[in-house]
Amino acid sequence: MAKETMIPIGPYHPLLEEPEFFKFYVEGEKIVDAEVRVGYNHRGVEKISEGKTFDQATFVVERICGICSTSHPFAYVRAVEDISGIVLPERAEYIRTIIGDLERIHSHLLWVGLAGHFIGYNTVFMWAWKYREPVLDMFEIISGNRNHYNMFKVGGVRRDIKETDVPGLLKAIDDVERFCGMLLKAVIDDPVIKARLKNVGILKKEDAIAMGVVGPVARASGIPIDVRKDHPYAAYDRVNFERIVMDGGDVFNKAAIRLLECIESTKIIRQCLKQMPAGPIDAAVREVGVGEGIGQHEAPRGECIHYVRSNGSNYPERHKIRAPSFMNVPSFKLTVIGESIADAALITAAVDPCYCCTERMAIVDRESDRVLLTGEEMVRLSQAKTEKLKQKCLY
Amino acid sequence: MSILEQVKNKFSQLEVNEKNPKRIYLNADNETAKAVVLYLFHDLKARLSTITGLDSRPGVELLYHLAVDSEAKVITVRTLVAKPELLIASVTPEIPAAEWVEREIAEMLGVKFTGHPNLATLLLPDDWPAGVYPLRKQTFESKQELKEIEN
Amino acid sequence: MFKNIFKWGLKKSLWVYHAGAAACNNCDIEILDMLTPRHDVERFGVMLVGSPRHADVLLVTGVCNRQTAPRLKRLYEQVPKPCLVIAIGSCACSGHFFRDSYNYVSPIDQIIPVDVYLPGCPPKPEAMIDAVIKAVGKIK
Repeated sequence: MAKETMIPIGPYHPLLEEPEFFKFYVEGEKIVDAEVRVGYNHRGVEKISEGKTFDQATFVVERICGICSTSHPFAYVRAVEDISGIVLPERAEYIRTIIGDLERIHSHLLWVGLAGHFIGYNTVFMWAWKYREPVLDMFEIISGNRNHYNMFKVGGVRRDIKETDVPGLLKAIDDVERFCGMLLKAVIDDPVIKARLKNVGILKKEDAIAMGVVGPVARASGIPIDVRKDHPYAAYDRVNFERIVMDGGDVFNKAAIRLLECIESTKIIRQCLKQMPAGPIDAAVREVGVGEGIGQHEAPRGECIHYVRSNGSNYPERHKIRAPSFMNVPSFKLTVIGESIADAALITAAVDPCYCCTERMAIVDRESDRVLLTGEEMVRLSQAKTEKLKQKCLY
Repeated sequence: MSILEQVKNKFSQLEVNEKNPKRIYLNADNETAKAVVLYLFHDLKARLSTITGLDSRPGVELLYHLAVDSEAKVITVRTLVAKPELLIASVTPEIPAAEWVEREIAEMLGVKFTGHPNLATLLLPDDWPAGVYPLRKQTFESKQELKEIEN
Repeated sequence: MFKNIFKWGLKKSLWVYHAGAAACNNCDIEILDMLTPRHDVERFGVMLVGSPRHADVLLVTGVCNRQTAPRLKRLYEQVPKPCLVIAIGSCACSGHFFRDSYNYVSPIDQIIPVDVYLPGCPPKPEAMIDAVIKAVGKIK
């Protein structure tokens, strides 16, 4: 399935008079410096939250990001519950775990598709996104929506999983596991993909620690942090799953970790569906209490942490939100300097920033600030490099 | 010796509030707070999760959240940066992870971090009016007021 | 309904450009989902293009904040007219609760003219295809 035209992802700005999101400065074929501008999507959610009740704020934070939409509510409600130590019914903890890890699968598959597109394997893109659909269907069965599931509330979850749905969900998760296994094998066994991704965009362990990176980016560089294991919460301490850590720090490690984590997530979900006890799903919280609380969640991109201060009123006095990408994106600069322009698109994507941001990139001339290569052209270069590697490897 | 005990030994004047085994809050003045944060990060290998800035009447409260992944704890070091100067030493030269975090607090609350390599705006647009800090409590009551401040 | 789509699809291929303002990405991903095998919008002749200069239809998502409002206006000026604008998602239709934000400028239809409003958070890909078809029906 070779397509001539590229699949456009994210907004493009062909005029490019203004600073792009990711700017790369080059000398010849090598990148010598990089800059990233964020704030394009700044909508002032922390301030909006101060004007909403604790319950309403759950809906607000869900819409910070569409891909890891449940990660922010997960961390936020845990922060509010931390204020006065609210204890949840067990069934609610299991349902939270299921939703959290279903999202991990959908987010990682989305990323795999994107990475596949960047290196010119558009079949991988189509397949990864095709097999994302059953995961979104599972969300629709459980919560009523494919995205923005609004499952979380302070003290529990808003919707229950019907017993009659469980066999269908179990079968669907088996299919997802089978597909992820297939995809993993394809990635690890393909010599072209290996050649394309290995030793590209390496983030050294000491840099990763200094930059405070989290999630798969940290685990790919040998830092074994995972909030589900280190600060156990929800039902994560009641199920068995592996902590996936590698120490190469390159894009291949980041891709392999994400695929392996998908498989671990299917195991978590299966165990939760089978072990979940009957019972209430809501602690029926009447009061949040006075004080402060911190909530963490291992989002697909890493640790998501919220801090909430309550002064006894219905509204948060302060709601601090720190998404995982905030710690990971600055590290892209260290991984991209010295690399070739054909790899720039892929290395930036490997950090897994908000997907819209990934496409807003350009190669820029340092003196004149003139754009030499647009994001679209950078992706084409990346795909061309893979073609050349294919010729070398296969012939 | 646990991480908390090592901190208490080294900084004996510290005000410690052990809310529960997972959440510890330490209160300190600006210089001690920085020393504790650096000790936790460099010597005790804690991880800087983030820094929260909070506007209050006497000053801006800064909370340095350090995750101790080996002990399932988050230790928060709290310090008050006095108004109206709002000056405090940056931890970015020693902890690069703090660069964007401090930049965001600077533009949202108006705290000046001395020694920070780059305090350019991070999230706010370039044409944001100077001196208007969105997360301050009395900054502006409505968008109408914001327009008036701009003109 | 599908017979009519095939008829219309055979007449002309509809080139659609995705213009994102400050969005949470959910609507954007669902737009991309239209391309994937389940919805496969290309069998209707609807193609996503990479440049606004080739667009017949503009799919706008997200909220107009201070950074994106001028860019959106400039983008619209580049698109050859006539051009249909579809506001996808509640954020594009009305600003959603981001209206309360200090960084919010105005609803999208005060910056560029909007022909079809598709509320939802996010609207399903089937609803988006329906919106595109209704928009085409409008110019007929």
